[in-house]
Amino acid sequence: MDHHHEQSFVSKYIFSFDHKMIGKQYFTLAMTMGFIGGILAVLIRLQLGFPSRPWPFLENLFPTGMASGIMTPEFYVSLFTMHGTIMVFFLLSLLPVSGFGNFLIPLQIGARDMAFPFLNMLSFWTVVPGAIIVIISFFVEGGAAASGWTAYPPLSGIRSAIPGSGAGQTLWLVGMMFFVASFTMGGLNFVVTILNLRTKGLRLMRMPLTTWAQFVVGILGLLSFPALAAGALLLMFDRSLGTSFFLPAGIFIGDTLMPHEGGSPLLWQHLFWFLGHPEVYIIMLPAMGFTSDILATFCRRPIFGYRSMVYAIMAIGTLSFLVWGHHMFVSGMSPFLGSLFVVTTLAIAIPSAVKAFNWLFTIVKARIQFTSASLFALGVVSLFVTGGLTGIFLGTNAVDIQLHDTYFVVGHFHFIMAGAGLFGAFAAVYYWYPKMFGRMLSERLGKIHFWITFVAYYAVFFPMHYLGHSGMMRRIYDPNVYEYLAPLQPVNLFITIAAFVLFIGQLFFLWNYFVSMRRGAPAEANPWKSAGFEWSTPPKPGHGNWEGEIPEAHRWPYEYAAPGRKRDYTPQWEA
Amino acid sequence: MSTATASAPAAAASSRVDRRLVNRLGLFLGLGGITMLFAAFTSAYIVRSGGEDWTPLELPGAVWVSTILIVLSSGTLEMARRRFTGGALGAFRSWCAVTAALGVGFLLSQLNAWEALNEAGVYLQSHPKSSFFFVLTGVHGAHMIGGVIALLVLFAAAALGRLRPERSDAPALTAIYWHFTGGLWIYLLAVLSLLG
Ligand code: HEM
Ligand SMILES: [Cu+2]
Repeated sequence: MDHHHEQSFVSKYIFSFDHKMIGKQYFTLAMTMGFIGGILAVLIRLQLGFPSRPWPFLENLFPTGMASGIMTPEFYVSLFTMHGTIMVFFLLSLLPVSGFGNFLIPLQIGARDMAFPFLNMLSFWTVVPGAIIVIISFFVEGGAAASGWTAYPPLSGIRSAIPGSGAGQTLWLVGMMFFVASFTMGGLNFVVTILNLRTKGLRLMRMPLTTWAQFVVGILGLLSFPALAAGALLLMFDRSLGTSFFLPAGIFIGDTLMPHEGGSPLLWQHLFWFLGHPEVYIIMLPAMGFTSDILATFCRRPIFGYRSMVYAIMAIGTLSFLVWGHHMFVSGMSPFLGSLFVVTTLAIAIPSAVKAFNWLFTIVKARIQFTSASLFALGVVSLFVTGGLTGIFLGTNAVDIQLHDTYFVVGHFHFIMAGAGLFGAFAAVYYWYPKMFGRMLSERLGKIHFWITFVAYYAVFFPMHYLGHSGMMRRIYDPNVYEYLAPLQPVNLFITIAAFVLFIGQLFFLWNYFVSMRRGAPAEANPWKSAGFEWSTPPKPGHGNWEGEIPEAHRWPYEYAAPGRKRDYTPQWEA
Repeated sequence: MSTATASAPAAAASSRVDRRLVNRLGLFLGLGGITMLFAAFTSAYIVRSGGEDWTPLELPGAVWVSTILIVLSSGTLEMARRRFTGGALGAFRSWCAVTAALGVGFLLSQLNAWEALNEAGVYLQSHPKSSFFFVLTGVHGAHMIGGVIALLVLFAAAALGRLRPERSDAPALTAIYWHFTGGLWIYLLAVLSLLG
């Protein structure tokens, strides 16, 4: 394969084997999906801010869902279901893991490509149909799936339950199968690449924390997603072929008794959350890795407690398989089993705190350079601490019985998973954009983007804890149907306005991202004067990444402010 | 864009990388994923077998025929692999063909088991154990089909002279996968006959 030929458009941009191009393909897909997911979020907030108010112009877009301009409850449930699904899987998993993982791993470990470039191409082209199917499901009879991103049966298991339980739910399950297939192939590729393709001198304990995170994420994906595949397959049988894996006896839809017998809806919850909790860490761990790398660079200091950071990633990865029951405290599980899950859940707070403190020790007394990237990385730390603290409330079953299925939970996971995941992804884009496109993003626009996003993000999600604490249930279509929730309407209105601001703020990013590709200042090879290995490549590395030999790694990637050196950093690749 | 692609050797040219190790690790991780898939099915099976509507199921005799075929096929594939390392490509091809035939025989025998159940009035949706029987044998069969395809590809590659014993690890990888699916079947049989 080492002879040269002009690559055709198709082999370069479409069926490319180059990990960097595949990473960018994932980027494009994830950003498109994220944009759609964002629009869905705005529509959700429109209903909660102005319950059942008519918006005649929206009828043109959604003739059934917004008939005469008023959002139907059926459409509302589809909206939050698809918002969650798209954001969790198609944005926050695809962008940081598949996008940045593919782009960065070979650059950071000194490899010419991933271990299995063909499999890599295949895994991208497996997720594309998944994404298309998920989007198409909005336009089928009955609309998109409407059982939440967790797809709990019986709602998801009986085709006639509600409109979205029909074709929409089927397409959801099929789309997820494609996603699982793609993501497990990707995880396998990550693990093999990291274990086998490191350049000379790049020992495991010299890997940047981003790559460490992707390594553990690869293992988590490979081991947890099959459980979802198994569950989704059994659910399809229940839906279409009359089995009763998840469906109990005695379910009536209207006046019709369903033929199912003896199935266990809780079984689905176990299978789902066995995937679901590792999945939230699949989203969180890369954000943690980006934050570590970026903070070290802009604080001009080594990351504090590198080894403990690595062990914390492994501990979080391991524990994440043992805590799924904390999503099921109110499912009638035995209190003894419940307390076991409390113990494992709260144990995660320990490695999480290790990470948070190490970041703080890295920042403290440093003369930190405030760039868009470092601001977003600081945002990750802030959101992670806020969300982690609410996790401790929820992880204690006695408290969770009150808070379960309220907006408190929505607040919690939007801070820790969605927020930290999103801010991590933004930090990473601002930081690695020069390597991706050979040009710099505008720092001015980046900072505007950061401040709008940061302030609006807290404004949207912080009050949700209060709403939940006051009893507003999650997934409710119109809180005003309950008298005791009506006084909370001003808070909901405030959140909706903040959500609009948040959405508008993202346009600064999109503008910056696309315009800088052509007009941004040309980037040097190492614009941030970072010690990390990926910066040893030319400004815009070609296929194969290094011209000539791959450099050796001589030290770890955090060699900043070493005494006795002229410069304040010593790159990994310099002898 | 155009300047960037013009240089540098293509992927995986690095001589330090041991492709054998890379491929094996990839395969083992893939098998780990498949193991988790069946672990999830097993846990669902165990949970469901505690239900009140759980009905025992007499396994059709055909599953024992399947078992004999799949055990034999592992033996014949081992013969193929050894002939391959010994450089006897012709013998390799014949043993490959025998193994693929045994694999197809296994699949047919499984279909036979399905038919026997249907004739006895037991269908996919009859009761939870029958549902699991059809799903587990079906998903396992899909993995066997993958193995048969791999064998046919090997056969064709050998026939076209594309396989070189000193270079190619593909027969060994296929053998690992094949033995794994065989072992998986024994495991599923044990679950189906011993649990519930
Ligand atoms: C200190 C660590 C954490 C603890 C103790 C914790 C605890 C919990 C608990 C008990 C719940 C269930 C609440 C309920 O439904 O009643 C929950 C929900 C959730 N957590 Fe966490 N959590 C922690 C960290 C995280 C992290 C790091 C993430 C993601 C990166 C995350 C993402 C989520 C999500 C997405 C949900 C909601 C799932 C849903 O029902 O849709 N959590 N958390
Ligand atoms: Cu969880």
